[in-house]
Order: sequence, then structure tokens, then C-alpha cells
Amino acid sequence: MSVLAHVFEAAGIATIALGSVRSQIERTAPPRGLFCDFPLGRPLGKPDDAAFQHRVLAHAFDIVERATSPVVETFAESIVDDGTSATSCPIPPRHDPTLPAAVDEARGLRPAFDRAVARFGDSAATGRAIAPDQIPAAVAAFLKVAEGTPWKEAGIPGVPARVAQDIRGYYETAALALVEHTPGAWETTRWFLDHTEAGKVIRGARAAMKDAGEKQPLWFYLVPNGI
Amino acid sequence: MADRDIKALTSEIDCPTFEESAFHRPGPLSESNVAIVTSASLHHRDQPDFSGGDTTYRVLDGSRDDLLLGHWSPNFDASGFALDRNVVFPIDRLRELAADGRIGSVAEHHLSYAGNQFDLSTIRLDSGPAGAALLRSEGVDVVLLTPV
Repeated sequence: MSVLAHVFEAAGIATIALGSVRSQIERTAPPRGLFCDFPLGRPLGKPDDAAFQHRVLAHAFDIVERATSPVVETFAESIVDDGTSATSCPIPPRHDPTLPAAVDEARGLRPAFDRAVARFGDSAATGRAIAPDQIPAAVAAFLKVAEGTPWKEAGIPGVPARVAQDIRGYYETAALALVEHTPGAWETTRWFLDHTEAGKVIRGARAAMKDAGEKQPLWFYLVPNGI
Repeated sequence: MADRDIKALTSEIDCPTFEESAFHRPGPLSESNVAIVTSASLHHRDQPDFSGGDTTYRVLDGSRDDLLLGHWSPNFDASGFALDRNVVFPIDRLRELAADGRIGSVAEHHLSYAGNQFDLSTIRLDSGPAGAALLRSEGVDVVLLTPV
């Protein structure tokens, strides 16, 4: 990001870079930077809050007008992720007890996923590796891995981390249709990882791949850092 | 899992540093044309998706609503963008600022790159300058840079 700031500035365009990691924005020192202590993925802070977003932009453009030399300032408001809050989403009741719970769950969430896409669009781009129709089968493949099948023999329909990202995206998109408020950052992610059967399956597959001595990039990116 | 834990790991990544910083002072903001440049790998549905080590950029049409978040990193919250694109790509906010006269105008086109790159030379020497030249040719004076 700061590389682009330097390049654009050298080409005669004034820049203001937003950044949510203080050490990064301070070390890379963009010509003009505004450190905003917000969760990763939300550089303007709060979705569906135009007033908040305008306060961020007001500070940003004030720097553009005021600064006479390189500067990084700090936005006055912080948004702190407590690390524990998760959305409380009703999981659909078991539909087909002959299926593994995670696969049945993935199938059962399809109406919620479709409602969320109809309402919000699918801008988080679920479906980049696999289509929504393939999600239950992909969950079944990861379940095999969690239970000990080598990942290459489990039938994961693509690069594991990318398929896992689509499964997470499918669940997090469905969650948007299951809650009545705007979730805080990471709340739908924690719901998926900590409170759903599919989340447990992905974490189990990751642990199994790690224990089997698979190359680290293959399993590490199945979930966010810090898990 | 907490945002601070992910940031702590992210902060250990080597960052490029610059001995000198280019610094261009724009004209009055109320007369400036403003574009968004994001490293969130945004793209339109009919544009090629970003690959993992993609150093190219996509030109975003500010009048289109079909933006997709194409970043492959698992280390950011995507639900905010799913609910309100302005939390990453504040195009509606810029239009409001232009209507209020705070900025001169909103650019017709904006740019998207893929962040989280380890080899930055191509962006610094090729796709970055090419994107800057494109925006300059369209009269852009000020760029707002947004990550995810």
C-alpha cells in the first residue's frame, strides 16, 4: 500500500493512505498516512455508518490540505475487537441424519445464503474456487481429511486454502441473513470457526494435515492467523 | 482469535522502507479530482480474478455496483465489505463530499491492486507507475489509498 503511495506521489498525485496496523504504516512511512485503529478488513471503520466514515475521510482530507511534509497521524476513535464476540445465528435443525452433521448443516444453510446474496449481493466473492452447490461436498472432503484421509485422496475440489475460504465465505454470507444487526468485525468468522460443525471440520482438517507433516502453506492458511 | 493477534503476526512481516519520500502538494481540495486506489483486490465480475502473486491492477468503473472482494488472504474480516462496500471503497462518501463542495469531483475510474505482496519490484517499477499514469491522464489530483 505504501509502495503505491510513494509511486503515485512521484507521478504527481497527492496521496493519503489509510492503515490499520500502526507498526506497518509507521515503518513504511507513506507521504501522508492516517493510522486508524480498526479491525483488518474495515479501513473506514464501520459498515452502514456514513457519519463514522465521513469522520475518517474528514481527517484524511484535512491532512491532504494541511501537510507540508511527510506525516502519519492517528485517527481519534478506535474500534477494538474483543476477540470473543460471535454472532448468534440459529443453525437449521438436522434435515438428513444419515449425512455427517457438517454436511447436513452446509446444506441446511443454503436458503440463508441465498437470501443474503439476494439482499446484499455476493460482494465478498464466495464461489471463486467452487460454486455454492459444491460447498456440502467440499465440507465432506475436509471431513475425510480431519478423519485421517490424506488430503490429496479426499477429493477437495481445488487448492485447500481457497476451497476453505469459499466454505467460510458461504457460512459468513449466510450469517448475514440470520442476524438482525450489523455484525462487528470477525463476529461471523468466530461464529463459523467456533460454533458450526463445518468450522470444526476445517480446524480438524488443518490439525490433521499439520500432524501428517504436510507442507506448512497447505494447511496454515485454512484459517486466519492466530488460531 | 482476535484482531490484535493477527495484527501482531502481521507486524513481523518485513516492510519496504524508503530513504526519501516523494511529496506532491495538490491544489485546493475543493477543486481536486479524487480517486480511490485500493489493495483489496477488488474487481468487477467480468474482469479476471486476482491470482495469489498478482502484481497487475484492475480499473474500476465508479458507476458500477458489481464489485467483488478478491483478496486471498484469510486474515481480514470480509463481512463489513459484504454489508457496505464503502467500508473499503467509500465511493458513496466521496460523492457526498463532492456534492457538498468539500472535494472538487470524484474520478470516473479507480484502481485496485492485490495487497500482501512480497515481491514489490514489479508494482514499484511497472504496474504502479502505469496506474498512476492512467489516473493522471484522466485528471486525477488526489488518491485515497485503502487496504483491507
